Amino acid sequence: MIASKRAADTAIILIVLLLIWQALHQLVGATALPGPVPTLAYFAKLVPSGRFAENAWATLVCFFYALILSYGIGLAIGLWMGIHRLSGAVGEPILISLYTLPKVTLYPVVLLIFGLSLSGRVTFGAMHGVLPVALLTMGAIRDIPPVYLKSARTLHLSRWQTILTVLFPATLPEVVAGLRIGFTLTLLGVLLAEMFAAKQGLGFLIINAMQLLQAEEMMTVAVVLFAFAALANALLLWIEHRLHRRV
Amino acid sequence: MSRIGWIRIAVLVIAIGLLEFCCRVGLIDHRVVIPPSQMADALIALLISGQANDQIVRTFGIVILAALISVVAGFALGLVIHALPRVRQSLDPFFATYYAVPIFIFYPVLIVIFGLSVVPIVLMGVATAIVAMIIATLNGLDRVPQVLTKVARVHRMGTIATALLLKLPAAAPHLFTGVKLAVSYAFIGVIASEFILAPAGLGRVISDAYSDFNNRQMYALMLLLIIVATAVNMALHVVDQRWAERRGIAKP
Repeated sequence: MIASKRAADTAIILIVLLLIWQALHQLVGATALPGPVPTLAYFAKLVPSGRFAENAWATLVCFFYALILSYGIGLAIGLWMGIHRLSGAVGEPILISLYTLPKVTLYPVVLLIFGLSLSGRVTFGAMHGVLPVALLTMGAIRDIPPVYLKSARTLHLSRWQTILTVLFPATLPEVVAGLRIGFTLTLLGVLLAEMFAAKQGLGFLIINAMQLLQAEEMMTVAVVLFAFAALANALLLWIEHRLHRRV
Repeated sequence: MSRIGWIRIAVLVIAIGLLEFCCRVGLIDHRVVIPPSQMADALIALLISGQANDQIVRTFGIVILAALISVVAGFALGLVIHALPRVRQSLDPFFATYYAVPIFIFYPVLIVIFGLSVVPIVLMGVATAIVAMIIATLNGLDRVPQVLTKVARVHRMGTIATALLLKLPAAAPHLFTGVKLAVSYAFIGVIASEFILAPAGLGRVISDAYSDFNNRQMYALMLLLIIVATAVNMALHVVDQRWAERRGIAKP
C-alpha cells in the first residue's frame, strides 16, 4: 500500500522532470538541449557502441577502487575515533572542517603527486568518500548505549569479540547510512576528476561532447549517470530502512 | 581553552611542521608541494600586489549571490511546498535522491545553453545549495507551534504577513541550519564549476597556475580558499550552535 503510493509519487516526479526537460528543450532549441525523445533514440545508439562500454568500464573500475579505499579508511578512522574518546573529541572538528571544504581545490595537488593516472582519480574519489563514512561511523559508536559495552565486559569478551559481536550489529544502520553517503560522494569525486583532467571515463565523455557541441551525447551520458546514482541510492536507502526496523 | 582544544592545536601544528620539514629536507619534491611557509609567503605577496583581487572579488561575489538566491528562493519554495501537503509528499523521493545524484554532470549542459559566462556558475551554485534550504525550511515549519498559527488567524493576518512576521521568526533556529548548508554548498558548487570550465575566477586561476607549473601562485590561492572556507564554515557553525541552544536541542 505505502510502497505502491511511493512508486506513484516517484512516477509523478519522473513525469514532471521529463515535462520540464521538454519545456526547456522547446525554449532553448535542439542544438543546445535535445528533448527526451531524441536523447532516448541516441541512448539506444550509444550504449551498444564500444566507445560507451570502454568509458563506462573505465569509470566503474576507478569508482570501485575509490569506494574500497573510502570504505576501508573511513571505517578504520571511524572505529578508532569512536572507541578512543580522546581522539574522537580532538579529531571530530578537524574532520568536519575537511568535510565542508571544497575538495576540488586540492585536485591539482593530487595531480602533481600522481600525474594524470588512475591512482590520481582513485585518490580524489576516496578523498570525498572517506569523511562521511568516518564521521557517521564514529557517531554511531559513540551513541551506543553504555549497557551494551558493560555486558560485553561482564562476559569477558576480547577487544575483537566486542567489535564483531556488539559494536558491529549495534551500529550497523548508521554505518550503512555513512556508506550510502560515502558512495554518493565517491562517485562525485571520481566524475569531477574525470571532468577536470582525464582522457577516459564518463566524466571525460561529457566534457568531450560539450567541446564538440554534441548535446545529445552529453545529455545521454548525464542521464545514464543520473539513473545509476538514483537507483544505487534507492537500493542503499532500502537496506538502511530494513536495518532500522530490525534493530 | 579546554585541554582537548590545546591537543587539537598541537596536532595541527605538528602536521604542518612535519609537512614543512619534509619539504625543506627534500623528502617531498618542491615541484609537487612547496613548504607551508612559502605558501603563506606567496599568498601575502599576492594579496599585497593586488594581482588576483579581481578574481577574488568575482568568485566570492558569485558565491554570495548564489547563496543569497538559494536562501531567499529556498525559503519561499519551502513555504509554498509546506502549504501543499500532497505536493510535499510527492516530492519526498525527490528530496531523498537529490544529493545522491552528482549534479555536476549537468554543468556542461548549462554551458551549452547559456554560454561560457557567469550564468551557468551561479546556476550550479544555486542548484547545489537551494534544496538544502528547502529541506531546512520544511523541517522548521513543521516545528512552528500550532498556537502561533491560531494567533495569526485571530489577528486576521494575511498569508504573506503570517509567513514573514510569524513563521519566519518561529522557524528561524531551524532555518539557520539551512543557511549554513546553503553557504557551504554554494561555495563548493561555484568553486568546482570554476575548476572544470570558466572564463575567470579563482578556480580558473588555480587550474591555470597548475597547467603553467606556477606552484607559488597555485598554492597561495589554494591556501586562501582553504582559509576562507574554513573560517566561514566555523563562523556559521558557531552561530548555528547558538541557535540550536535556543531551540533546546544542543549538546552540552
